[in-house]
Amino acid sequence: MKRHKIILADSGESFVCEEEEFILRAMFHAGCGPLHNGCCGGGCGICKMQIVEGAYHVEKKMSRAHISGEEAARGILLLCCVKPRSDLTIRTIEEEKRKVGRYVWQSIKP
Amino acid sequence: MAINQTLRPGLVQLRVLDLDKTLNFYVNVLGLDEVGRTADGRVLLKAYDEFDHHSVVLRLADEAGLDFVAFKVGNAAELERIKADTVAFGYAVEEVPANTDQPGFGKRYGFTISTGHRFEIYSEVALAEKGPQLRNPDIWTTPPRGMRAQRMDHFLLYGPNIAEAERFCREVFGMFVPEVCNLPDGNRLAAWITSSNKPHDLAFVEYPKPGKLHHLGFYLQDWSEVGNAADWIAINHLKLDIGPTRHAITRGLSIYFWEPSGNRIEVYAGGYTAYPDNPQRVWDADQLGRGLFYYSGEVIPSFLEIVT
Repeated sequence: MKRHKIILADSGESFVCEEEEFILRAMFHAGCGPLHNGCCGGGCGICKMQIVEGAYHVEKKMSRAHISGEEAARGILLLCCVKPRSDLTIRTIEEEKRKVGRYVWQSIKP
Repeated sequence: MAINQTLRPGLVQLRVLDLDKTLNFYVNVLGLDEVGRTADGRVLLKAYDEFDHHSVVLRLADEAGLDFVAFKVGNAAELERIKADTVAFGYAVEEVPANTDQPGFGKRYGFTISTGHRFEIYSEVALAEKGPQLRNPDIWTTPPRGMRAQRMDHFLLYGPNIAEAERFCREVFGMFVPEVCNLPDGNRLAAWITSSNKPHDLAFVEYPKPGKLHHLGFYLQDWSEVGNAADWIAINHLKLDIGPTRHAITRGLSIYFWEPSGNRIEVYAGGYTAYPDNPQRVWDADQLGRGLFYYSGEVIPSFLEIVT
């Protein structure tokens, strides 16, 4: 099984992802990255990031509510649907950084 | 169990991203039966202990989420009464003729409420070919599969202006609100609403984006069945959100996870018996963690914020 190195441009951290492993799952296992838990089915949009360098394969359909065709063309993807085909560099999208916790979570904090 | 003429949520249509994989989940893991397919490729499903033609429809789409929810009401006169009251409440109502996009269903009325969700009402629906037995009935006809979901139970909807949605459910549907959660400023954060002895037929959480589905809930027999469901989640590598756990709100025994298209599913057992004359239970927002997940007392961000 081929293994690829995934570099997080924001922090310089990296983790290993197998060629047949979804990037989000590998990131969870490695315990790094900015992403919270989500549906892992391409529906909820929480794992939206940009792949800025490297080759990849989008294996599962991503909800149009979260990824437009134009975004997909720029490497903005849901990482639960994507597998690496080379070493990759990925980065957080500014407007997505604080997505989890913004509404309901904030309103119930003591 | 219905206490008034709005009997229950009886039909939902879900959008799915991968029809084959998601259908496999609903049939072979959750345990629903496929009833048929429409000419446009939607799949009609029902749980083994439901009588009506179908209760869940899957539609292949580019986005996950909810197309609409529909409530069965007691009779044709009540259907017209609710329609008239809905118009008087201020919502535009459209008629969906019988046996069109939902085989087996009579005339439906549809409208959009303040939270951006499409609600529908109907009074007539054909009985399913394969429903529960009626004469000296056994508990099932063919062995239930997988998680052995008995019936669709409830849904939690996220959207704006839930105060108006709650008022609509009370004033037009004749429902009552056994339990609520309020923000420090007194505004509603969440409401659990029922038309029956179930602690909730539906619930709302205040959220800026309209028309969102937090989860669709199915009923299981008991706590041991929630454990069985957890095994099926693990065996099938489904993404668990939280549980098995108990809610203090509704007292339900529960587990949450995502189906393959990313719609959150709850399988649920127990819950208290609700009566319209009982006093309302009130949660303060800073105590919501205990209300939702009684054992840990902690909420997790994914549970509060992830919707389709």
